[in-house]
Amino acid sequence: MSQEENAARAWLEVSEDAAMIRLRPCGDWTVAQAASLEAQLRAIDMYGRHAAWVDLSGIARLDTAGAWLIHRTQRSFERSGAQVTVDGVSPVHAKLLGAVAHGDRPLPQEGPPDGVLVQLVVRMGRALDEAGKTTIEIVGFLGLVLETLVRTLANPRRLRVTSTAYHMEQAGLNAVPIVCMITFLIGAVMAYQGAEQLKRFGAEVFAVNLVAAGFLREIGILLTAIMVAGRSGSAFTAQIGSMKLREELDAMRTMGLDPVEVLVLPRVIALIVMVPILGFVAAMMGLLGGGLVLWLELGMSPSMYIERLHAAAEFWDGAVAFVKAPFFGLMIALIGCFEGLKVSGSAESVGQRTTASVVEGIFTVIVVDAIFSILFLKLGI
Amino acid sequence: MTGDAIISVRGIRNQFGRQVIHDGLDLDIRRGEVLGIVGGSGTGKSVLLRTILGLNKPVAGRIEVFGHVRGEMSEAQARAVERRWGVLFQDGALFSSLTVAQNIQVALREHLDMPQYLMDEIAAVKIALAGLPPEAGRKYPSELSGGMRKRAGLARALALDPEVVFLDEPTAGLDPIGAAAFDALILNLQETLGLTVFMVTHDLDSLYAICNRIAVLAEKRVLVTGTIDEMAAQAHPWIRDYFHGPRGRAAVAARQGHSAGGETRGQS
Repeated sequence: MSQEENAARAWLEVSEDAAMIRLRPCGDWTVAQAASLEAQLRAIDMYGRHAAWVDLSGIARLDTAGAWLIHRTQRSFERSGAQVTVDGVSPVHAKLLGAVAHGDRPLPQEGPPDGVLVQLVVRMGRALDEAGKTTIEIVGFLGLVLETLVRTLANPRRLRVTSTAYHMEQAGLNAVPIVCMITFLIGAVMAYQGAEQLKRFGAEVFAVNLVAAGFLREIGILLTAIMVAGRSGSAFTAQIGSMKLREELDAMRTMGLDPVEVLVLPRVIALIVMVPILGFVAAMMGLLGGGLVLWLELGMSPSMYIERLHAAAEFWDGAVAFVKAPFFGLMIALIGCFEGLKVSGSAESVGQRTTASVVEGIFTVIVVDAIFSILFLKLGI
Repeated sequence: MTGDAIISVRGIRNQFGRQVIHDGLDLDIRRGEVLGIVGGSGTGKSVLLRTILGLNKPVAGRIEVFGHVRGEMSEAQARAVERRWGVLFQDGALFSSLTVAQNIQVALREHLDMPQYLMDEIAAVKIALAGLPPEAGRKYPSELSGGMRKRAGLARALALDPEVVFLDEPTAGLDPIGAAAFDALILNLQETLGLTVFMVTHDLDSLYAICNRIAVLAEKRVLVTGTIDEMAAQAHPWIRDYFHGPRGRAAVAARQGHSAGGETRGQS
């Protein structure tokens, strides 16, 4: 609908003399025309009038938006001290005008926004405060989950075996293809880049050491943990969060079921078990990718590669990853469930919590990894 | 009662897989009436509503809306039709990331080019018309009670001053006082704004209080339509059970009490 058409369908006739201003709204005063009519009304000088005459007999259709404009005009005249006479009102329009006048209560406005700098400081402070509180809450939640775990281990019949197995399949088995693919490719890239760099020193065979130390100690398990945090941590948050929104958690509590035991524990156990296994698969695939590249690029035969691997890696290189892996799994599941339980209110909250879960999950994994690195360094492993 | 049909539904067939919901369903919605749709659970009341709104494509049949046949409309015509109706979904279906006032302004923003302050003013009027306090405009849907969410949903449905409003169980989940107030609100808006109301409901009190005409959905079609008094005279077992069951009798008694007090609107 073009503006010209609108103008043809609704218009405002204004005539004035020294004593009085006469307004005659005509045509369809509806929401579709409201913007252009409002502009016309705004052009009228309301102040210093003694009397105003509003003749509604020309109106064909009136809806709430049109009625609001008429009511507002009338009110503006009255506020500036003019006598307002409204004429030619049909009974139907009178009813509508009455209803709109009844609704003349402006919405409370928010105060003017703070300056950018103030907002920045406020947001930083709030985020810091939030981070501190979240850390304390997660530690508290860790305690709660461990307590529930111990209680369940003391009474193993309470363990939800089906649910745990289901999550092992979802978070572990179903993640195998993607973890394999990614670590295989990263292994290949690492071997290739390593060989390229080491070639300058004539030491390209030591690319094997690079791949072995990297994948067995750090990269295999770290990549796995990041993948699991993105895949399963987010899923846990979304699952538990939507259940919370639909009051399923409240329903559980009223039936005497403990959500931590029913929902959190199976997920935590599933990841504690599956992350080390996925980490092992990841390390093997990384070594495979590296070996393939070295074979194709340097002509290093597979038997030679395995021999060099034996020389390059010690028992502890592989074992270190398996010490860390369960902790990664624990923290990812814990944070995923924790954020899910914190969902409240709306669908938007599920989205925010899921994002927070992935970010915090990956962050925690890397922090835990750093702590272990220092620990192993001190222990000389 | 006379009145031209602004929406007419002919020979609708809906099925999901092998389950047939509607078969040969006919229905007219006349200008200015309050039409109540009743039917047992699973008779496809909501499916019918969704079919008329175009959210669900029927397997067969013809739907004519404001003189346009669904499926033969151009994109522009379809948008024009959407501007002429408003829908209140069962739980309000308010956009959770927007405040109530912003929810109301969504349609204004989408369809019209309007300055922000005018949209704020119109939103304030709608909020008042829907019987919400002004503070509600700044609140998010999650901060509202169920009854207030319904009112906010109604305010949003009225944003573009539609000719027809579709209400899906408007009083479900409200307390009797809240439900009665909501009925009064719908009736008041219907009279003030000249609305046509299509209402899916289970609430016998609503049927007695505000519906001009009732359509009963059963046996995969609209079994009968008529005034509440005509319904009471029907011999079909389901209709008899519905209107003469314990709840039906209570609603009749309530209406007679009201009539004595002279508060009920004259039914056609």
